[in-house]
Amino acid sequence: MDTMIFLQHYWWFIISLLGALLVFLLFVQGGQGLLYTIGRTPDQRNMIVNTLGRKWEFTFTTLVTFGGAFFASFPLFYSTSFGGAFYVWMLILFVFVIQAVAYEYRRKPDNLLGEKTFDLFLMINGVAGALLLGVAVGTLFTGANFTVDRLNISDLGGDTTISQWSNRWHGLEALLDYRNIALGLAVLFLSRLLGLHYFLNTIDDAEIRERSRKRSLCAAVPFLVFFLTFLVSLMFAAGYAYDPATGAIAVEPYKYLHNMLEMPVVTTVMLIGIVMVICGIVAGGLKGSRKAIWMSGSGTVLTVLALLLTAGWNRTCYYPSLSDMQSSLNIANSSSSRFTLTAMSIVSLLIPFVIAYIWYAWRALTRTPLTSDEIKKDEHAY
Amino acid sequence: MNDFMQTVDWSRAQFALTAIYHWLFVPLTLGLGFICAIMETVYYRTGDEFWKRTTKFWLRLFGINFAIGIATGLILEFEFGTNWSNYSHFVGDIFGAPLAIEGIMAFFLEATFVAVVFFGWNKVSKGFHLASTWLTAIGANLSALWILVANAWMQYPVGCTFNLETVRNEMTSFWDVLFSPVAVNKFTHTVTSSFVLAAVFVIGVSAWYLLKGREEKMAKKSIAIASVFGLIFSLVTAFSGDRSGAIIAEVQPMKLAAMEGLYDGEEGAGLTVIGILRPESERSSNDAAFYFKLGIPKLLSIMSYRDAEAYVAGINDLVNGNPAYGIMSAEEKIERGRKAVEELARYRDAKRNGDQAAIDEITAEFDPSTPEGEEFLREYFAYFGYGYLDSPSDIVPDVPLTFYMFRIMVGLGAFFILLFAVFLWLSYKDRLERYRWILWIAIFSVPLAYLAGQAGWCIAEVGRQPWVIQDLMPTSIAASRIGSGAVITTFFLFLALFSILLAAELRIMFKQIALGPDKEK
Repeated sequence: MDTMIFLQHYWWFIISLLGALLVFLLFVQGGQGLLYTIGRTPDQRNMIVNTLGRKWEFTFTTLVTFGGAFFASFPLFYSTSFGGAFYVWMLILFVFVIQAVAYEYRRKPDNLLGEKTFDLFLMINGVAGALLLGVAVGTLFTGANFTVDRLNISDLGGDTTISQWSNRWHGLEALLDYRNIALGLAVLFLSRLLGLHYFLNTIDDAEIRERSRKRSLCAAVPFLVFFLTFLVSLMFAAGYAYDPATGAIAVEPYKYLHNMLEMPVVTTVMLIGIVMVICGIVAGGLKGSRKAIWMSGSGTVLTVLALLLTAGWNRTCYYPSLSDMQSSLNIANSSSSRFTLTAMSIVSLLIPFVIAYIWYAWRALTRTPLTSDEIKKDEHAY
Repeated sequence: MNDFMQTVDWSRAQFALTAIYHWLFVPLTLGLGFICAIMETVYYRTGDEFWKRTTKFWLRLFGINFAIGIATGLILEFEFGTNWSNYSHFVGDIFGAPLAIEGIMAFFLEATFVAVVFFGWNKVSKGFHLASTWLTAIGANLSALWILVANAWMQYPVGCTFNLETVRNEMTSFWDVLFSPVAVNKFTHTVTSSFVLAAVFVIGVSAWYLLKGREEKMAKKSIAIASVFGLIFSLVTAFSGDRSGAIIAEVQPMKLAAMEGLYDGEEGAGLTVIGILRPESERSSNDAAFYFKLGIPKLLSIMSYRDAEAYVAGINDLVNGNPAYGIMSAEEKIERGRKAVEELARYRDAKRNGDQAAIDEITAEFDPSTPEGEEFLREYFAYFGYGYLDSPSDIVPDVPLTFYMFRIMVGLGAFFILLFAVFLWLSYKDRLERYRWILWIAIFSVPLAYLAGQAGWCIAEVGRQPWVIQDLMPTSIAASRIGSGAVITTFFLFLALFSILLAAELRIMFKQIALGPDKEK
């Protein structure tokens, strides 16, 4: 395989992995959305916020790194989608900003807005953050309304913008496609499921544990319904394929189904992932197992990873344009230069090291589940 | 003004807003992280609970700033895409890499170990906790490194070449980008100025305790550490600032001329210490530029070129050209830039019409590996951005803003050196309480430290206009094509949100200072 082609595939893999880790880490958002459902007393809510509060920065950092890595490896996506689906991305940013301060400020004296407002911020982020990210990821399959012409920049005195959006909704129109909504809701309920499994793992409180166990089954049902809706619609959907030799893009019926058949390893990973999530649902929902999060979490990473690989590998356009098919983005026509991808690949060798120290620090902090007493003794508790 | 130009202006306003707010929170964490790490090191070595309590107090203030710094930083990163779409395509191949590396190398380091710092006191060993505090501080400063490298590249685009096929600039040398003199100096200057701010903050808060007669031991020990830390790094800031002047003279002479309000170039140019500028319409020459000014002869030449008689170009020379000193006029640069843009347009037509001969001809022109291509890129493409300018005077940034902000920054920088020296001496002699008025000055110096940092960024960013990438891309063609209404909406949303969060942050901070450290056990 040509080095450039390898690098483009490698970087789509890294992006997919970061996206998969991000979806797993959305358990923080899922848990936030259930703050009042699971936490009936202030004490319980404090436990919930504090156990999530030890992890929220990872979700946030992964989101930022996902953005940065996408920018570095596929800059044309960054300039096309972010500048085009302006409202959707801005909404996502907005709900993440209010999250970032809520943990630290909620119970600090003189915090201007009061504990309830900051808790509301956490819940808005918990619901809207997960939902909107899911919708945005949905457009990687369902497409968006944009055109790309790099040489627009030579239009002196005219319109020099390279990537243009073809409607005034700037991304909000994604909410009109049921498949995006289905994926958004699937991500939302998945995040809630993972959040509840996380509570089972980290909180030592009988009431919270029992409530989380029961509630996890309630979240599992809509998650499976919406996820399967999306997956089945995807199996029947046409996609855009590109010709690596000419770059020409053409419609291919059942493109995603073909991708799964033509990439059996990826499909196997997805199936293993789905089975693991289901095992997690059973272990958490029926037995209240502390280890459910490891199964459902790993399953989530594998499933999302495979799903995103299906979007970008096998000569598929990962960002189909509904306005002008030839403008559609794929890993070949939107990537960085060979030099940059190589330089970045060397840096990416640090990732296992990063994961190792995160793992080490997590273990050190959460060897024992959180109790109400501990929060009362901890002067830095949120 | 058409709607797109309004979009450009509001996008600039939104970016400036986010950057200003971001820089209200970040510099404190950059410096305070290290000050806390130093304090905790003393605790680790002595086992004295006093130092643990002191470290925890300052860490609490660190935490309050940290969260909001992250929040505003997220917006900044994504705004390159949302509001500056053309920019992101045109230079994303170079600019994206530092942002990604920042995420992988620095943000995770920060996020992982900051959790250990806050929640690990009773869960991990003393040594592990100390290491976490140092790693958090290092992580924060590494983040600063990468984003400053990216910013430096915009001011001085090196290590790249233009690729006709992809119609963008592509990286050719990672090391040239990372170790460009602008990047190295910008990092040193910005980060050490943040250390200065943190030191002023620690001294100001400690001075308040001394005035109140509370927490005297903590206040005095904190002042002792902060004044040494501050004095060392304020000197580094000053030296790197001086170096910065010399680099700007080389790579952004217009910024230097604007900073000085220098209209006509001079040999043996003097440095204006203070002055009041006349309105723009009257500022046609050096004599007509000021109502009055006080300066030091020859100093600008010395600072810029280390030579008292060196020639420093003025605004008029850079706009109109000055052949005697080899300065090309802006008009000539505009013509050359247009030629480069028009070649791209011709390339587009040729591609549309399938005119292979023209395609080959233009491809050869842009090929850096041939002498002709190398010459075209150097003589024409190097001025690409000028092609979009309407008139030569467009290359002049806002002179008064750049001029006054420079004086504020340098004046305050000099004042802080003095402040640290005085506090170090008083601390050494244990006479801090005797001079209450000096303690008051320290308290009022805290907002001034923030002002100095903002002024510095104002010079760097306003002074480089009209460029988003020096000489290659003017700000006006970098923006995304979104209706101005959309950007106005998000501008005011973020203004309201950031302002409320700032108010909350300040109230929480003041309250935490008023409450003081935990009770002694």
